[in-house]
Amino acid sequence: MAETAVVADVVEIKKSEPWLSKKNKKLITNPLDIDNPVTVQILGICSSLAVTVQMIPALYMSAGLTIVTACSNLAISAMRDTIPSRIRIIVQLAVVSLWVILVDQLFKAYAFEVSKQLSVFTGLIITNCIVMGRLEAYAMANKPWPSFLDGIGNGLGYSIILISLAFVRELFGSGSLFGYKVFENLGIKYTGNGLLLLPAGACILIGIIIWIQRTLNGHREAH
Amino acid sequence: MRQSNTYILLYSAAITVVCGGLLAFAAISLKDKQDENIALEAKKNILSSVMTLNDDINVAEVYDKKVKAFVIDFEGNVKEGVTPEQVVIASEYKKAPKDRLLPVYEFRNESDPSKVDYAVLPVYGYGLWNYIWGYVAVKSDFNTIQGVTFAAPGETPGLGKRVEDAEIMDRYKEKTVFENGTLVSVTMQKGEGKDYSSDKHKVDGMSSATLTAKGVNNMLADYLACYEKYLKKNSAQGTALN
Repeated sequence: MAETAVVADVVEIKKSEPWLSKKNKKLITNPLDIDNPVTVQILGICSSLAVTVQMIPALYMSAGLTIVTACSNLAISAMRDTIPSRIRIIVQLAVVSLWVILVDQLFKAYAFEVSKQLSVFTGLIITNCIVMGRLEAYAMANKPWPSFLDGIGNGLGYSIILISLAFVRELFGSGSLFGYKVFENLGIKYTGNGLLLLPAGACILIGIIIWIQRTLNGHREAH
Repeated sequence: MRQSNTYILLYSAAITVVCGGLLAFAAISLKDKQDENIALEAKKNILSSVMTLNDDINVAEVYDKKVKAFVIDFEGNVKEGVTPEQVVIASEYKKAPKDRLLPVYEFRNESDPSKVDYAVLPVYGYGLWNYIWGYVAVKSDFNTIQGVTFAAPGETPGLGKRVEDAEIMDRYKEKTVFENGTLVSVTMQKGEGKDYSSDKHKVDGMSSATLTAKGVNNMLADYLACYEKYLKKNSAQGTALN
């Protein structure tokens, strides 16, 4: 009896999923396109309008949100069986806040200039719908590793939009990239488009991105 | 699964202790580095109100070489035994103007150290949403503004927070704070796009950020009044007030 039990265990291990199985890879790739948190789920719009005037803050914000989503997903998923359902939102909020404050403190210590530009928006990751959305929709019902990947995927999905927006806004709004005056150094006289520097410009750009994405994916509005 | 109330209470207590502990640990271990950044930032702001800073400049070195810092009282007399580093402007701001400790950062002339090239005065006030602060640098006549730097981390990005933009701060250059010996300060006007180059006490406003501009105006008027005696004393020794 004992021997069969051991054999059964071995078989089970062999059957277990590889770390980056097809299903797990989808957790990362889907949010980049067909399940994008910003352009498909329309979450996290506020910060994508606010911190995309320049590339550098956008990159830091992306990194911050990806770290927070992934780590919160991991922590909540690991705790999911012990969390009392009546106070689960509060517990999620405590975990998210913990990560956000840690990220904020690290920025203040090692990326002071950027933390000044991001100002309240690092703290506002706590209220970013993407983070809480992933916790409720995914981490509460799945194992830690897939949850971590799901967090990374959604963080990257948010990042890709943030960085695309920042690229267009900084290049055509201020004529520079990462603070490097692109047009000036190419010898082209370029007057920055002021609209792109305003949140309204970013809103229009997001609209255009959604339009392009929906056309490419053949999206139909559900009736 | 429905847990008992005891379980829920213990669970919340445990979460609070763990999260609190981790945060306290992070805050303490990163504090030195953060304080260093804040101190350097203050020096940088003081320097940048007077000169343009390049990226490769060593802020701490230039500051130590050029700036002589001390603390004065409302009457314009030097307060002995207090260094500007010990003065917390945020808590001084809450006192009555007459009781405030007022730091002054003087850029002394390199060939004649008894002469002041620029005096940089910290200012502190309240914008629309939160506290705002900055530095006002006056030239050797103790009247004409050499430059200002403002910090408004709590103001709305794109609206009131624009007061931190070089473009807005440059509007204060060459304005004067006195008119025939009376302190009138410099006020930011409502609306944007008008030319105030002929008016020595007005600067163009920020569209959609009139309330932040009001905060800035109050801050300047309030703090320049605190420094009025110091400014007058010094200008009496040198150039006359216009």
